[in-house]
Amino acid sequence: MASSGAPIIEFRGIRRTYGTGEAEVRALDGVDLTIRRSEFIAIMGPSGSGKSTAMNIIGFLDRPTEGTYLFEGQDVSELNRDQRALIRRHYLGFVFQGFNLLARTSAQENVELPLIYKGMGRAERAARAAEALAKVGLQGREHHDPSELSGGQQQRVAIARALAGDPEVILADEPTGNLDTTRSREIMELLVRLNREDGITIVMVTHEEDMAAHAGRLVTFIDGRVASDRAMPARRAAR
Amino acid sequence: MIWETVRLALQAILRNALRSFLTVLGVVIGVAAVIAMVTIGQGSSDQVTASVASLGTNVLILRPGRAMMGPGARDDAPEFRLADAEALNALSAVAAAAPVSSSTLTAVYGNANATTLVTGTDTSYLDVLNWSVVRGRGFTDPEERSGAAACLIGETLRQKLFGNTDPTGESIRLRSVSCEVVGLLQVKGASTFGQDQDDTIIVPIRMLQRRVTGTTDVSSIRVALAPGVTTARGIREIEALMRERRRIGIGEDDDFSVTDMAEISSMLTGINNVLTGLLSAVAAVSLLVGGIGIMNIMLVSVTERTREIGIRLAVGAQARQVLMQFLIEAVVLSLIGGLIGILLGLALAYVAAQFMAIPFAPSLSVILLAFVFSAFVGVVFGFFPARSAARLDPIEALRYQ
Repeated sequence: MASSGAPIIEFRGIRRTYGTGEAEVRALDGVDLTIRRSEFIAIMGPSGSGKSTAMNIIGFLDRPTEGTYLFEGQDVSELNRDQRALIRRHYLGFVFQGFNLLARTSAQENVELPLIYKGMGRAERAARAAEALAKVGLQGREHHDPSELSGGQQQRVAIARALAGDPEVILADEPTGNLDTTRSREIMELLVRLNREDGITIVMVTHEEDMAAHAGRLVTFIDGRVASDRAMPARRAAR
Repeated sequence: MIWETVRLALQAILRNALRSFLTVLGVVIGVAAVIAMVTIGQGSSDQVTASVASLGTNVLILRPGRAMMGPGARDDAPEFRLADAEALNALSAVAAAAPVSSSTLTAVYGNANATTLVTGTDTSYLDVLNWSVVRGRGFTDPEERSGAAACLIGETLRQKLFGNTDPTGESIRLRSVSCEVVGLLQVKGASTFGQDQDDTIIVPIRMLQRRVTGTTDVSSIRVALAPGVTTARGIREIEALMRERRRIGIGEDDDFSVTDMAEISSMLTGINNVLTGLLSAVAAVSLLVGGIGIMNIMLVSVTERTREIGIRLAVGAQARQVLMQFLIEAVVLSLIGGLIGILLGLALAYVAAQFMAIPFAPSLSVILLAFVFSAFVGVVFGFFPARSAARLDPIEALRYQ
């Protein structure tokens, strides 16, 4: 992994509009944002503020209408669908509010899913998946279906899935939105540990102050723009 | 990667075993119907061909009355006489002409009796029909001329009267005539029209005429043409001779018919092929409907699995990988359907062959064709749903409830 602290994600004047003419909606209206390697950044904002659109663009699920997106210093604003899929495959891991695990599919197979698309052999996949599940504290649950796991456990499987592909960045979209306070804290502690011990960059959207408090930096979106961007030294004090 | 995809497809299919089975039912029925139709059709074609061979080559049948009259529509044309057969025998184009007169009678031996077709004819009959005696002997010219009570029996009749014992030298009774069995005929099988040709007795025609029917009528004459004589020339010469003998004036129609058995057989084969083709076409339509069924379920499946597709796209699947996944799923499904259909079709054809007493004639090329075609159905009808899966927007797909 490259040196810690170098910019990994840079937005320069990013705009994202939907529709045309009168009906045009500006979801993002000129966003400048730099995320450095090994940062843990929380994004907050009211609904409709553009935070989800920003996440989608950061996560290569969407493309900016205008502006420049640099990923590891490369301009990736104009990548097509398949090229964006390759970036997701090799550099990113996703954690969603609704877990998004495949039903009737074991934890092990869920974690192996991104590895299949990486073209990894079966034995290596199994080893990597088992390792990732152990890391999130789910050893012994490899062959359980999501329906046999609690919400917190399901989210751990999802984190293991994001982790298994050895990503540079994990994008977490309200990862604790469906969980109670205790489980939420456990999930946050897991993310903090991955960020600290493995140096994985984490970008997390949340609307809970408590959760955002675990991050090292808080960016707030309002009306498609960055309204505030501040470091959170409190995090380390709190630990 | 391709095997990986096939494995994943099988997993997805097994995860929904019942729905998968219902999905492929259409293909199963379509393929089974095609295979059964073609196999049964081939079997009955084979049988027609075999019975053509059993007729011997170049065999013509002369009957009194005009050709192509329906049953019961016999006009008042006179019957043939034995002299007609003798006159035909004298023609250079004719190798042998056998007069035939037949009657359905009950044959009795001890306590056993059986109703069978008794054919009166002369010594050349077996040669004309390419038939032979496997035990004992055929009857001799003196026996034939004197109308001796000697008979040849077919294998089916032997089973009915004698079981497995040797019938030669025994006497059977036909009406009031006691008749010595001199020979057992070679097994000939079913005729073109499905009758058992081995359920029969052959006797000298004079014996049948004098001692059973009491007439001098000859109901038909079987003619074998000499080697090298074309059927057309043979028919021309026979017709000329018979018109003269029956005193038919110039311009008058024949009051007899000459039928080329080979021609009838090939006509029957033709009809058979048309029927097989027709039934196969109907079966192919059901295969098409089966394919549409697969497309339907695959489309439902794409909608149901929108979120799964979203997840796959999010973890880095490219559009063509999603396309391949769904396409391969459809192909694997329809291949499984095709395989089940082939087995079911062969089983149906086998059972039908037993009931219809025709050979079971599975054709490797038809089986391979059905297999390839069911894969083709999968590709064609799987493509549209697979494409709509591949075109999903990952953001929308992930948000889908």
